[in-house]
Amino acid sequence: MPLKTEEMVLNMGPQHPSTHGVLRLELQLEGEIIKAVKPHIGYLHRCFEKHTEVMTYPQVIPYVDRMDYLASMYNEFGYAIAVEKLLGIEVPERVDFIRVIMGELQRIASHLVAIGTYGADLGAFTPFLFAFRDREKILSLFEMTCGGRLLYNYIWVGGVSHDLHPDFVRLTREFISYFRPNIKEMNELLSFNKIFVERTANVGILPLDTAINFGISGPNLRASGIKWDLRRDDPYSVYNRFDFEIPIGDGRMGTVGDCWDRYFIRILEMEESLKIIEQALDQLPEGDVTSAIPKRIKPPVGQVYTRVENPRGELGYFIISNGSLNPFRVKVRAPSFVNLGIMDELCRGHMIADVIAILGSIDIVLGEIDR
Amino acid sequence: MKTTEDIFNILKIKFADAVIELKAGVPTEDYILINPFELDKVCTFLKNSDDYKFDNMMNLSGVDNANGKKTTSEDGTHKTEGGTLSVFYHLESISLKHKITLAVTVSIEKPEVTSVSEVWRSADWHEREAFDMFGIIFLNHPDLRRILMPYDWEAGYPLRKDYESPEFYQGMKVPY
Amino acid sequence: MIYDFLLKLTGSEIAAGFIQSLLPLFVFILPFALFAVLLERKVSAHMQDRLGPMRTGYHGILQTVADIIKLVQKEDIVPTNSDKPLFNIAPVLVFTGSYAAFAAIPFSSAFIGSNIDLGLFFIVAVSGLVVAGILMAGWASNNKYTLLGAMRSAAQVISYEIPTMLVILTIVMMTGTLNLTTLSELQTGYFWNWMILGGPVAGLVKLAFIPSMFIGFVIIYISTLAEVNRTPFDIPEAESELVSGYHTEYSGMKFAMFFLAEYANMFAVSAIVAAVFFGGYQSPIGYLGNTLDILWLIPIEQFFWFTFKGVFFVFVQMWLRWTLPRLRVDQLMALCWKYLIPIAFVNLLIVGLITVL
Repeated sequence: MPLKTEEMVLNMGPQHPSTHGVLRLELQLEGEIIKAVKPHIGYLHRCFEKHTEVMTYPQVIPYVDRMDYLASMYNEFGYAIAVEKLLGIEVPERVDFIRVIMGELQRIASHLVAIGTYGADLGAFTPFLFAFRDREKILSLFEMTCGGRLLYNYIWVGGVSHDLHPDFVRLTREFISYFRPNIKEMNELLSFNKIFVERTANVGILPLDTAINFGISGPNLRASGIKWDLRRDDPYSVYNRFDFEIPIGDGRMGTVGDCWDRYFIRILEMEESLKIIEQALDQLPEGDVTSAIPKRIKPPVGQVYTRVENPRGELGYFIISNGSLNPFRVKVRAPSFVNLGIMDELCRGHMIADVIAILGSIDIVLGEIDR
Repeated sequence: MKTTEDIFNILKIKFADAVIELKAGVPTEDYILINPFELDKVCTFLKNSDDYKFDNMMNLSGVDNANGKKTTSEDGTHKTEGGTLSVFYHLESISLKHKITLAVTVSIEKPEVTSVSEVWRSADWHEREAFDMFGIIFLNHPDLRRILMPYDWEAGYPLRKDYESPEFYQGMKVPY
Repeated sequence: MIYDFLLKLTGSEIAAGFIQSLLPLFVFILPFALFAVLLERKVSAHMQDRLGPMRTGYHGILQTVADIIKLVQKEDIVPTNSDKPLFNIAPVLVFTGSYAAFAAIPFSSAFIGSNIDLGLFFIVAVSGLVVAGILMAGWASNNKYTLLGAMRSAAQVISYEIPTMLVILTIVMMTGTLNLTTLSELQTGYFWNWMILGGPVAGLVKLAFIPSMFIGFVIIYISTLAEVNRTPFDIPEAESELVSGYHTEYSGMKFAMFFLAEYANMFAVSAIVAAVFFGGYQSPIGYLGNTLDILWLIPIEQFFWFTFKGVFFVFVQMWLRWTLPRLRVDQLMALCWKYLIPIAFVNLLIVGLITVL
């Protein structure tokens, strides 16, 4: 009787330590080599888009918090910009600066989680806790500002809910001077570790044209070697007033667009965010932050698509208004949702251990994918 | 940089029957209405032509226009007949930095649109989502399954305005 | 010596042998495992800017006791479609393998489970039993993750036994013995008689041995690290890939046995390294018992030194675990077959040449 061989199907998830939530990857294996990856999503579906249809515009804000729960501030930021554009209102300058500061702090916090969990995925547990230690400091700044550590409901349409705490500027400056050396420490501990580089360099290479065709955005796109950042290329709020670099992947450890590049982009972006925060703190104008908040939000009939550079990529809001108090349709272009689509393309021919490395480097948040 | 109007004029010459109408004057966004069955040709042209290079599909969203006739029967249940569904395509060129919005409108009874997943791979999951939520059938799509809802969800398409959630799913009570 | 003492006490060879064989378990392995688990948690915590367990007892010293009580109370879950006899035997087999290794470890000149001439060989051979247990556990659980973990583990442990054996062979060539007590006795005196510093020979030959011995130590330490599946070689139980590897399906006491075996194994391999390269139970700086002329103090001092060396190497293992990421399977195999084994071979050749000359 001839020996029969068949491909093994391995279900990674929905309950698995490194799928970053409830994601199920159906792996087709030949030995330990991946033949195909089929992501199954939707385990965290909370009907966000359906909910918005029965709520007023301000009521949606707490819900957008819960999409990308690691970058809630940025979700609110994007939503507020979209509705303001639909309403045609301008916000006071101080509000814009506060939003930028919060957004960039959120970006650092989110990247810290990405970097830390990436280390943990590859078996280095200490960077994970180092990253969370620093993230706690940012969350304390948020707590001081709006009372929430994870879900804020802070950035409102037309303004922000509270003005900054009197100590906020001082404590943020302290945080910046505390955090700068820690980035270096993280580099020494993880980024240039020989084993870490071996595991990530030349793994999951994403060429630029494939990346664009798949709609990849954010750090993952920049790692493939293009200077494309919505903060610079499609500026919103007051980002055009700050001076910052856009780091791109240069294939320093392997090939342009490999996992190491995607990881290291985030380290570099944290430094740039620090720069933006410093400049914003220096230029922070005085003023009222709640004056522009409309009493009744009832946009005219119309539609708007706005997008912001979320820590994970291009977060777009497509809002259709029919002139009533409730949005007619809110569609969210979630960066993780689009970025996850590349998994199959990146994983083929790699080993099981590389699936973890690739998934971690894409940095997804399931709350946003499933909405 | 090309405005929506420029692009519309050129498309109108090139694809006379495919391009239907330019919707201008809608607050904050103009869009071009395209014939759902010729959409892929228009999109391939927009992507490959050197003047436009729309290499990035930012977003694809299904919309239920809720313009059907609503009738209330004697026992109080509502029934909607007719109406249209739309799909909006937000395109962007990374190299030339211009944007455009395309739209197609199909009837709710026969919601069929040509798939553009061959043109932009990012459309693959977006179209699955639109199918999942609105029941829009994308012709030539390689793998049109539900994506966010369970694969065996039989109660219809949740984002349609006339959707009503079922009593039970797999023996579990749905309204909690 | 302990055996003689027990023989006198009980008057029966069987009872004496039985008690003696249980001694390492109750006097050493169990307390050590309790201590090592706490040590691991404290070491990791302090490396990560945390405090670790603080609530149970003073600075959490009773934490492992609490954990054990919890584990004992837990339900023993056996998966429905598992191969039940194998599933139940596997943890026992794994534990037996690591426990049996303690029989030939010389804790002090007065106390060795069994002073056999093939001590080193016995330890290496008997820890091979662990592989069988792991494979059994992986197969019997009827789970793809455990199977993958077990297959990886078998490949890894068997591969890394080769460099270990080659280094041991080098030592055997120098000293002409496989008996661990004899080996330890050879390194008596002060620390410059330790094998890592060229062993008990004098003159220029000693200097010639030092580089080879150092390379040998590095190789055996790396490969024993791989044999006990610790980071950066913890691929069989890589939690982010294979959930927990071969012991994913185990719970309660059976899980505790795997856990116990892991920590016992950690000490066993550290003990080999200490016995072979770092003078075994010999003190580096002479004995207080000799100075004060209290002879019964010497074995106790020796026990202290041996435990100290062992725990130190266990600490280094923990240190590595909480610092380094994990290798990939193919990289791990490449490290073994492309680097460690050739280097070990060359090392063997050099030491052989020096010995002959």
